[in-house]
Amino acid sequence: MRLSALTLLREAFSPERTPVWRTPEPKPAYRVIIVGGGGHGLATAYYLAKEFGVTDVAVVEKGWLGSGNVGRNTTIIRSNYLLDGNIPFYEHSMKLWEGLEQDFNYNAMVSQRGVLNLCHSDAQRDAYARRGNAMRLHGVDAELLDADGVRAMAPFLNFDDARFPIKGGLLQKRGGTARHDAVAWGYARGADLRGVDLIQNAEVTGFLREGGRIAGVQTTRGAIRAGRTGVAVAGNTSRVMAMAGFDRLPIESHVLQAFVSEGLKPIIPGVITYGAGHFYISQSDKGGLVFGGDIDGYASYAQRGGLPVLEDVVEAGMALMPMIGRAKLLRSWGGIMDMSMDGSPIIDRTPAEGLYLNAGWCYGGFKATPASGWHFAHLIAKDAPHPVAAAYRLDRFRTGRTIDEKGMGPWPNLH
Amino acid sequence: MIIDHPLCGPRDAREFTVLGDAAWMDRPDPAAPDAAEAFHAYACLRANPAGVTRELWWHEHGDRSWLVVTRDTLSHAVLKVELAEDVARASKAAR
Ligand SMILES: Cc1cc2nc3c(=O)[nH]c(=O)nc-3n(C[C@H](O)[C@H](O)[C@H](O)COP(=O)(O)OP(=O)(O)OC[C@H]3O[C@@H](n4cnc5c(N)ncnc54)[C@H](O)[C@@H]3O)c2cc1C
Repeated sequence: MRLSALTLLREAFSPERTPVWRTPEPKPAYRVIIVGGGGHGLATAYYLAKEFGVTDVAVVEKGWLGSGNVGRNTTIIRSNYLLDGNIPFYEHSMKLWEGLEQDFNYNAMVSQRGVLNLCHSDAQRDAYARRGNAMRLHGVDAELLDADGVRAMAPFLNFDDARFPIKGGLLQKRGGTARHDAVAWGYARGADLRGVDLIQNAEVTGFLREGGRIAGVQTTRGAIRAGRTGVAVAGNTSRVMAMAGFDRLPIESHVLQAFVSEGLKPIIPGVITYGAGHFYISQSDKGGLVFGGDIDGYASYAQRGGLPVLEDVVEAGMALMPMIGRAKLLRSWGGIMDMSMDGSPIIDRTPAEGLYLNAGWCYGGFKATPASGWHFAHLIAKDAPHPVAAAYRLDRFRTGRTIDEKGMGPWPNLH
Repeated sequence: MIIDHPLCGPRDAREFTVLGDAAWMDRPDPAAPDAAEAFHAYACLRANPAGVTRELWWHEHGDRSWLVVTRDTLSHAVLKVELAEDVARASKAAR
């Protein structure tokens, strides 16, 4: 069924709810299995079917679709990167976001309300000028604002703080936010309509082997065979890949928290990030202020963080926009992220034939969802990476071809 | 999270910075024939267990000693805290 205003009206008055996707029993075998029904797994299945003509696909998810990070993130989308390996990839993602809703016929509430990174010193402004120029050289929009330019957009900020005055900012107008759950649902529906089986409540507990190659997965709902198996399980990458014999990867799992205030009238014009502490904020369409900061810093699989980070985030928030002290914090939660050793992702074949890996998204994988799915689908369908994602190799840490935006080195808790 | 420091007693985790995997204490031999491979694994690969793990924590805002903290990454429970110095000495003696 194609969704439109008319179908919306009809469904609203219909006593029955039409399920958006089927709940099929797993078949014994598929051409391709994707492990993980998060944003990246669902997008991969969607593009496999739509762009690469591979429809004999199953997505195997241990919980319900979108129960992982895709439903826990702070929904920021942007392509304001510095390095060659990253900019074309994230810009491809941004272009896919721009046509996404028409493409999969679902309202993902993509809102290009702008992403503004504030700077507080001359050195930081120089760094942003450099980043903005790198973006423009790749055909990405970027604008360097002075303090007055920022004031015109966000007059409520604490401009004249004695220690960290606001000197300006780097603005990407095409950046913004999208409704995270709807992105998962839109991809799920689009994949299902094209014949992909979405298998929920099926945890992968092992891999099937044939000679040296991976020939499918063992799940809590039985064994499922496949010619090619792609793993896209975000924070659980090390756990799942260990079952395939990869007991050490360039990944460490960490918890990132997010915070939401009560609903308020529109006040924050886009996404604003603080340059003198780790704090970023936007306002959801429901009115809640959505904000966050740093990861907790220690390895974790617990899906909850501690109070010290809350204190840090709130302090930075108060320093940047003192008015935030009047808002009540409603909810907070944590998600487990696959922090890589250079802060950049991995989309690559693995040394095990038939097994493909999509991982290392750190705290920035939501914005990458469309391109990650597209390029992982390309890799699996053609057994070769597309040039735009070719730098995201698994062995780049051995060869020294890391893509380290922050220049931090192999310290996953510092990226 | 409370870290039960062997010298200072129970201290708030906020006094510490986390370096990461305690495997960092076992630096490979730079003169060994497989040194390049060993250093790649040492610097860039992690076991990343869901469960018990050993990490190096530094008591930055305290006595500035290095600790080996054994923790459960699924529950955040701290299971054991040792001075890194003692751990290093014991492993040297064992070798
Ligand atoms: C608090 C927070 C804020 C964030 N903010 C942003 C942001 O503003 N912008 C941005 O770009 N990114 C952000 N991110 C990062 C982003 O959410 C992730 O990088 C991205 O969602 C990861 O990809 P995914 O959607 O496929 O992951 P997930 O949704 O986590 O999907 C992985 C799936 O794999 C499943 N799985 C795991 N193990 C198994 C198994 N054994 N068998 C079967 N299935 C399994 C899980 O249940 C899960 O559904 C944020 C993350 C967090 C936690």
